[in-house]
Amino acid sequence: MNSYEWLQTIGFFAVLLLLVKPLGSFMARVYQGERTLLSPVLVPCENVLYRICGVNQDEEMNWKRYTIAMLLFNLILFVALFAMLMLQHLLPLNPQKFPAFTWQLALNTAISFVTNTNWQAYGGEQAASYFTQMVGLAVHNFISAATGMAIAIALIRGFVRRRTELLGNFWVDLTRTTLYILLPIAFIAATLLVSQGVIQNFNAYKAIPLVQSTSYNKPRLDAKGSPLKDAAGTPLTESVTVNAVTIPMGPVASQEAIKELGTNGGGFFNANSAHPYENPTPLSNMLEILLILLIPGALTYTFGVMVGNTRQGWMLLGVMLFILIASFGVLQWAESSGNPLVAKLGVGSINMEGKDVRFGLAGSSLFAVATTGTSCGAVNTMHDSLTPIGGLIPLSLILLGEIIFGGVGSGLYTMLAFAIIAVFVSGLMIGRTPEYLGKKVEVREMWMSILVILTAGVTVLILSGIAMLTPQAVASMANPGAHGLSEVLYALASMANNNGSAFAGLNANVNFYNLFGSLAMTLGRYVPAIAVLAMAGSLAEKKYVPPSLGTLPTDKAPFALWLTLVILIVGALTFFPALALGPIVEQLTMLGGT
Amino acid sequence: MSKHIPPPQSAFDKHLLKSALLESIKKLDPRTLWRNPVMFCVEIASCITLVTFFMSLTGANKEPAWFTGTVTAWLWLTVIFSTFAEALAEGRGKARAASLRKSRTDVTAKLVTKPEFKSAFTTVGASQLRMGDLILVEGGEMIAGDGDVVAGAALVNESAVTGESAPVIRESGGDRSAVTGGTTVISGSIIVKITANPGETFLDRMIGLIEGAKRRKTPNEIALEVLLIALTLVFMLVCANISPLSIYSVKMAGHGTPVSLTVLVALFVCLAPTTIAALLPAIGIAGMDRLFQKNVIALSGRAIEAAGDVNVLLLDKTGTITHGNRQAVSFVPVGGHSEQELAEAALMASLADETPEGRSVVILAKEKHGLTRETPFGAEVVEFSADTRLSGINLEGTHYRKGASDSTVAFVKTLGGKSIPSDLENVVDKIARGGATPLVVCRDSQILGAINLKDIVKAGIQERFLQLRSMGIRTVMITGDNPLTAAAIAAEAQVDDFLAQAKPEEKLRLIREYQEQGFMVAMTGDGTNDAPALAQADVAVAMNTGTQPAREAANIIDLDSNPTKLLDIVEVGKQILMTRGNLTTFSISNDIAKYFAIIPAALLSIYPQLGVLNVMQLASPFSAILSAVIFNAIIIPLLVPLALKGTRFRPMPAERLLIHNLLIYGVGGIIAPFVGIKAIDMVIGMVV
Repeated sequence: MNSYEWLQTIGFFAVLLLLVKPLGSFMARVYQGERTLLSPVLVPCENVLYRICGVNQDEEMNWKRYTIAMLLFNLILFVALFAMLMLQHLLPLNPQKFPAFTWQLALNTAISFVTNTNWQAYGGEQAASYFTQMVGLAVHNFISAATGMAIAIALIRGFVRRRTELLGNFWVDLTRTTLYILLPIAFIAATLLVSQGVIQNFNAYKAIPLVQSTSYNKPRLDAKGSPLKDAAGTPLTESVTVNAVTIPMGPVASQEAIKELGTNGGGFFNANSAHPYENPTPLSNMLEILLILLIPGALTYTFGVMVGNTRQGWMLLGVMLFILIASFGVLQWAESSGNPLVAKLGVGSINMEGKDVRFGLAGSSLFAVATTGTSCGAVNTMHDSLTPIGGLIPLSLILLGEIIFGGVGSGLYTMLAFAIIAVFVSGLMIGRTPEYLGKKVEVREMWMSILVILTAGVTVLILSGIAMLTPQAVASMANPGAHGLSEVLYALASMANNNGSAFAGLNANVNFYNLFGSLAMTLGRYVPAIAVLAMAGSLAEKKYVPPSLGTLPTDKAPFALWLTLVILIVGALTFFPALALGPIVEQLTMLGGT
Repeated sequence: MSKHIPPPQSAFDKHLLKSALLESIKKLDPRTLWRNPVMFCVEIASCITLVTFFMSLTGANKEPAWFTGTVTAWLWLTVIFSTFAEALAEGRGKARAASLRKSRTDVTAKLVTKPEFKSAFTTVGASQLRMGDLILVEGGEMIAGDGDVVAGAALVNESAVTGESAPVIRESGGDRSAVTGGTTVISGSIIVKITANPGETFLDRMIGLIEGAKRRKTPNEIALEVLLIALTLVFMLVCANISPLSIYSVKMAGHGTPVSLTVLVALFVCLAPTTIAALLPAIGIAGMDRLFQKNVIALSGRAIEAAGDVNVLLLDKTGTITHGNRQAVSFVPVGGHSEQELAEAALMASLADETPEGRSVVILAKEKHGLTRETPFGAEVVEFSADTRLSGINLEGTHYRKGASDSTVAFVKTLGGKSIPSDLENVVDKIARGGATPLVVCRDSQILGAINLKDIVKAGIQERFLQLRSMGIRTVMITGDNPLTAAAIAAEAQVDDFLAQAKPEEKLRLIREYQEQGFMVAMTGDGTNDAPALAQADVAVAMNTGTQPAREAANIIDLDSNPTKLLDIVEVGKQILMTRGNLTTFSISNDIAKYFAIIPAALLSIYPQLGVLNVMQLASPFSAILSAVIFNAIIIPLLVPLALKGTRFRPMPAERLLIHNLLIYGVGGIIAPFVGIKAIDMVIGMVV
């Protein structure tokens, strides 16, 4: 890294850490129903909303009611979005006259946005109307994020409360998250993004004639959209001449802000945050990375405040930061080492393929680890074009279960499930029935934690096995071989872990990925969510065990180290064989010079 | 304390090994093995490789038969090692149970209708006795069942149950009324009301527990098993996943062979947490057995594990913290009398006093003042009575008395004594404030001074409490003494807290209070009035000398009736959990090396580049896979001694303990298989 990149990276983390405490304590106040700076304005709004919806905000729910409310709400939203996509051609704000989605794509997209995945098997500016983008997708960006946070808060209450079955009111948590946290920050962020040149309009797309016409080789696709290949397996191409370009327009800024803030990641444009209208400057780039990490980072502090020991939160943040920074370091190293085969050609050793010069190597690497460590999935870099080891990093961050900051809410609750597993084993090792935050870890907590941390991984293992035996799934690869395996593994991992970013190089709009992907996203979101709420219910009913000298402190370095090891070992043991056949063999092949 | 249990056998006693070996083959029955789900999966895996072995014999499988055959053999050995470990742990208990059963020879009982000795009886077999029946037991007869003495008193030899050869008194009423079936009345007659149906008696329960027949998995064990099952499932999927991935890779690379079923199954067994799963049952059984060696019977495994979690110990002062008898430590004269004068009078007043306190006065007078006297002929002995609350003798018209301060003063006044020494009150107060008991001595109407009777705190008890404190366990002393005395002794013994003038309901309240605050409370007790508190406590240790209600309310019974045992029980409880945790960590850490052995070997034909991952430089793919399988199997018998003895427990703060164990079992668990697999590979290289 050059000195500018050092400065940029260190400055970035400094700003992030400075924001953790103020935002974290603000969120704690919001969830504990205390007065905040925004209360004078928002309390009346809140009350009106509750009155309209018939919600009694003082009535708390047990875990079952909380879960049913969450699931029901998500189901309704899913049906609404599915219908909207199927009826897109009939709805307003569609200047480009986009047709309706196919049912498979609509299903995949609706599930994708409800589950906070934002996997996009369509290209935003080529398929979705302004109405779909704003009323459908952007709204889901808020709601799916708020759902994740509500679940995380319910789990924290499970730790905090004693001898009760009540976990709070889902509707109130959902409303407060949206009104007090997501909307204000998104508003500020959108304004800042507009200042950097992100567009916000409802204009029709603009056709701009080119000063000099140009031609390029376009891959030929068959009727299903898969690339055609000749007998040797090389993709067939045809030459195309271009005289004018169409510049897409749209209400981008408003969607861009929540896309990152809610760790959603669904781009307005297909190029996502690499598109100059989504992410025009190095500053907007840093701002977007900040938005991605902001809430997941600050939630650890909220957690600390609510459980009455902020060191517990800092410990979790420390583990996350450690893995994030280490990943960033490896990625940055791999990309600056580049491909020795390319270096031999004398075109420089740094791998800039698939990266934007305006972000630079560090700005691209940091975005890549932030977006995959969280379940965001926005991209400013082609992950497919990273070096094999470079590509291994985002893939591994997803496979770890989206806990390195993780999705808003979901990152924290998945991390807490890991902490419970870590506490269990370490508790045994010191000769005590394990306890975490004063609550005993027993059979039920073990079952639920295991469901939380293993559902996505198990889904990926099963589906990637099926994919390799399914001709349609294999045919979608643009680069057959070890790299193709990485592409499929990444796509399935991304959906099962609700990340939503694409490695690219894979035609995902085929039935296999649309349908199995929908299944993966649904399982990856709701199985852990229900398990977390069930666990919150059982934790809340337990009595509190005060810590003594015999209790393992979970807010100190030894436990943080142990937690890090548990996370890395679980991830490595689950995916080592698959990774060996994908990125690892690819890297060895590259170094072998063939 | 004598041992009734057969002399402690080494785990590797020849006879035990032989019967364990036989038992371990019997345990391969899938109908019993499924209780250990991980090993059950390994058994299925062994069956699969057995099939691939036959297929390679017939040529249907291209892998060499020596390879599939050896893998199969070692997979079966893995299962057998695990059943062997369990059988070995059970075997030790069974040997003890057999010796107990001998004492349960067929006994007859004299059934009576009324609790009267004169009434007629009918003779019935012990197996016909039911709860509520009354039986008459006379000298030389064996008591046919558990019960309470409702009439009479007898000297009972309980060595069959407790190992204590000195007979004990059992009598109706009070705290010594419980009798145990299988024990023998030496002299005296008693009428016993039977309190347990045949098959449910104390002895039956003990035998069942020791044999492990009644052993239920503890909640903690189940929670760990959940984790192990989940890991097993994941590894099953990981291995299943390799198959299609390798088929695809072969297609793309254009050469090589997909990973075979034998290799996948071998990889699965190596990755599955077999080490801990194989030893898990043995750890629990061995823990109970270790307690039994200390003459403690836990009525459930849960109770022992709860003991490991205890953070408040309620200890009876008497017998646990102090020796239980107050002893005279000094004479304090008053009113200008000399110490010698006081010692002489005190000696006279104590000559006929057979209580331990009285004896200690005689001993002090001898040791400190060189005084020795026999009870003079013609002396009139005045025994302690509830009325006067004084004792002493009258000799040649002189009254020697000792007693509590107010009683003695009252006595002196009745004799016409007018002047009570002005410094008496001061002296008495001073002794009492020091946690001791002042006994005031008088000779006729003259008060000479006070004897300082002190409760002696057991040597070394402070260190024990210090250890407990460092483990985060609070000690609370329970005593019937007044707060002043209690405070002084508490300070001397360095307990964290005390409950003075404790009544049964006070104890119950204290336990509830601690539990409300989330503490796990352990207590010991023996009296019937302790029963409610014992029932409330999380870990309740009843003395075997205690009453039936106390024994029923408890979940642990101490055959030696030694209250300090609680500390041993806590230790064993912690050891069981630690051994489980350490072996789990070890088992999972092992997987890293196994991956490095098997993955390059399995995929080498597809991608020769992966040879780089063969960091151990294992000779060939076959030998690499075999070495991993063999290591995975033989680590089980190698760790059996650890599972049976338990990880060594050293009291230290949790964090240091974790680091200590992580270094040994975590880091050690990563390194050991690299060394072991490489060594086995070298041996294979020499053989093949």
